[in-house]
Amino acid sequence: MTAGTVTPYQPYRPGQQAGRDGFAQVLHAEWTKFRTVRGWVIGLLAAVLVMLGLGLLSAGGSSHTCQTSGGGPTRTGRACLPTYAVGPGGEPVDDSFYFVRQPLAGNGSITVRVTSLTGLLPPANPNASGPNGPADTRPGLMPWAKAGLIIAGGTNQGSAYAAMMVTAGHGVRLQDNYTQDTAGEPGAVSAASPRWLRLTRSGGTITGYDSSDGTHWTQVGAVHLTGLPSTAQAGLFTASPDYNVVSQSFGGTSTTGGPTQATAVFDQLGRSGTWPAGTWTGDAIGAGGSGPPGAGAYHQNGSQFSVTGSGDIAPVIAGHGNEGDPDFTITDFLLGTFAGLIAVVVVATMFITAEYRRGLIRTTLAASPRRGRVLAAKAIVVGAVTFVAGLVAATVAVIAGTALGNKNSYVFPVSWLTELRVVAGAAALLAVAAVLALALGTVLRRSAAAVSIVIVAIVLPYILAVGSVLPVGVSDWLLRITPAAAFAVQQAVPQYPQVTALYSPGSGYFPLPPWAGLAVLCGYAALVLGLAAVLLRRRDA
Amino acid sequence: MEATVEVTGLRKRFGPTLALDGMSFTVKPGHVTGFVGPNGAGKSTTMRVILGLDAADEGHALIGGHSYHSLRHPLNHVGALLDAAALQPSRSARNHLLWLAHSQGLTARRVDEVIEQAGLQAAARRKAGGYSLGMRQRLGIAAALLGDPPVLMMDEPFNGMDPEGIYWMRGFLRALAAQGRAVLVSSHLMGELQDTADHLVVVGRGRVIADTTVADLIATASGGRVTLRTTARSEAMTVLAHAGATVAATDRDTLIISGLAAEKVVALLGESGVPFSEVSAHRATLEEAYMELTRDAVEFRALTPAGGSGPSGSGVSPGGTVAPRASTEEAAR
Repeated sequence: MTAGTVTPYQPYRPGQQAGRDGFAQVLHAEWTKFRTVRGWVIGLLAAVLVMLGLGLLSAGGSSHTCQTSGGGPTRTGRACLPTYAVGPGGEPVDDSFYFVRQPLAGNGSITVRVTSLTGLLPPANPNASGPNGPADTRPGLMPWAKAGLIIAGGTNQGSAYAAMMVTAGHGVRLQDNYTQDTAGEPGAVSAASPRWLRLTRSGGTITGYDSSDGTHWTQVGAVHLTGLPSTAQAGLFTASPDYNVVSQSFGGTSTTGGPTQATAVFDQLGRSGTWPAGTWTGDAIGAGGSGPPGAGAYHQNGSQFSVTGSGDIAPVIAGHGNEGDPDFTITDFLLGTFAGLIAVVVVATMFITAEYRRGLIRTTLAASPRRGRVLAAKAIVVGAVTFVAGLVAATVAVIAGTALGNKNSYVFPVSWLTELRVVAGAAALLAVAAVLALALGTVLRRSAAAVSIVIVAIVLPYILAVGSVLPVGVSDWLLRITPAAAFAVQQAVPQYPQVTALYSPGSGYFPLPPWAGLAVLCGYAALVLGLAAVLLRRRDA
Repeated sequence: MEATVEVTGLRKRFGPTLALDGMSFTVKPGHVTGFVGPNGAGKSTTMRVILGLDAADEGHALIGGHSYHSLRHPLNHVGALLDAAALQPSRSARNHLLWLAHSQGLTARRVDEVIEQAGLQAAARRKAGGYSLGMRQRLGIAAALLGDPPVLMMDEPFNGMDPEGIYWMRGFLRALAAQGRAVLVSSHLMGELQDTADHLVVVGRGRVIADTTVADLIATASGGRVTLRTTARSEAMTVLAHAGATVAATDRDTLIISGLAAEKVVALLGESGVPFSEVSAHRATLEEAYMELTRDAVEFRALTPAGGSGPSGSGVSPGGTVAPRASTEEAAR
């Protein structure tokens, strides 16, 4: 092209033929933009590394040292941990109770009346000494002290079972296979207000009934137990979970506890079907556990049975609330998510605010005048790259963390579906937070303000709640209404209402169900993205 | 598509400031159209409205008869250089052009072509943040050329360029127009456009003051005046005033005559036997013409009236050429 050439005017014919018009081109352009700024790519890698680093640090940081009482070799690591019985669902379970049983061949049913449930608790002040030793026990019941009828596959810990029971504080319940719990008639049991219970086996199905007069029966529920042998063990049981009071003070929690026992009085025992043994046998299931002396016995006086037991038939609760509980859930290996999130939020915000700062937004919008598409393309690009980065980080953190954690300690097993949800959820949490940051950056057009707001909205509530800085009630509300609710998607194990424990954010329990928590964040992101789209269209560039 | 830009009755208000006040003009193909006016006259705002970046309160701007928003691949219709500094500093020049190309469905091959056209081959893979302003202008030109558009718009493309760059840019713009493209180039310094533009749209306070060719503008500013150098000043004044001319003395031996053609002046003086050494048609410079036109449109006038130049009339253009300052016409007052 030489300067100053004068040629007669001809209408100009462009040599460049336009390609197909489409969203794909805007998307392609935004992807090219993202990958060609090294700082942003490094920012994402930093997010991955910080997630891995913090996650594996928490997995490798915990180790036990212990010594058998009365001398013996010092043990470390897994050797210190109790071995957990495994329930039919594969989860670790508590299975210790007193069982007064007989074999039941084939189908049949058993009915009983419960007239009393009483118990003993450890001393209120464990350091005080009483006349009989360190301290005296005192009468009282744990709310989930339970007694009633049970049909179980066997006497091994972790056997399949279904049980109808009265409880101290939660009325009549039908429970089965450790994790399932159905409410029956409410209210406590007493001589004046006894409860009749009935269990009926028909093949693999066990149906539970309750009644307050022995005449009018209500079906509480029917459960199906797979793998129940044709001859099951059926009879009376009593269990009383460990005393466990968690007191939370500013900055931490403390737990006091100890074994308890409960005694139930039964009469009017009725049976149908084939009961080949004819006599009752008393077994302390899971004996050798921690029961106070005398716990685990039964006395038959005519038609009246008195059964005393200790322990619980329930899932083991993961977390740090109870002594002897599993140290880790996979949630712990994703501790670094919040730190990765900070890096991701900075990168996602810069993806738009850098354009405003340099005036590059004008070049962008002149090239793609349909502004909604530009915002959508940016959101998709930043969401997708963040999701992939998060997925890689979470997958490696969970797999490596589990391997490392199981070496020194115990990692609570979860199903592969749960593992998938937790890993993909962590990635989605990062991706949606990135979109939120991008949208807020578009609204504010300032990096510092947008980054600060997003971090204050997501990371700060999470740290306050998980760090046990705030009371549980306040933490729960923060994790319901702020975008930090999305961290619920990382909860690995469910909260069991039938087991008393400290279900706090600090021990990996969130107030909202996983997807609902993520939905809260999605809601915020959608709202701000909508506002960003409106403003981007309306404002002069 | 016809390679034109039509701007009709644009009005835009930024808070209390009326930035555009009925801006209307047309940029025709095959020419470099200079878009000149003092700072704040509305040049950049007009360009942003044409590119659909700012919305006008009233009026419309069309590219080849279409609104910018209706263009599916805008860079195939209009190439624009608004702000050469609008770059992500850590992205290389080539990658900057690459994303822009991708947004139009163009390939990396086209990117390499425009890099060559703009003379950036050696620096294309360096980070744009390290570019000098002149190199950024070249990168902006390359970006504007990506879609090989029939219409080009450049906002102050000479800013920050060294003399060699300015020379290159002038030739480049003329060559683009010679290919049949419509080229609109804004500047607040008329001197930069002197040898480049053949058509001028002069604006001030958000409206067009003059829409004319360079030749017509100079002729108008010259006003048909004649400069006379004579030792017999008073005799000459008498003769010429008698013939109906307006005569002003600017110097001991110089007169400025309006109302009489140079030939007539020579004839009259010859008849009357008045000696003179020189008779010339007074020819205003483009800069003078511009100053004259924009006198009232300069928003912030210098406090000292001397020289008659506003803040924009710095006199020295970045090209290093000294623009004429004290005009004969000023001195004649």
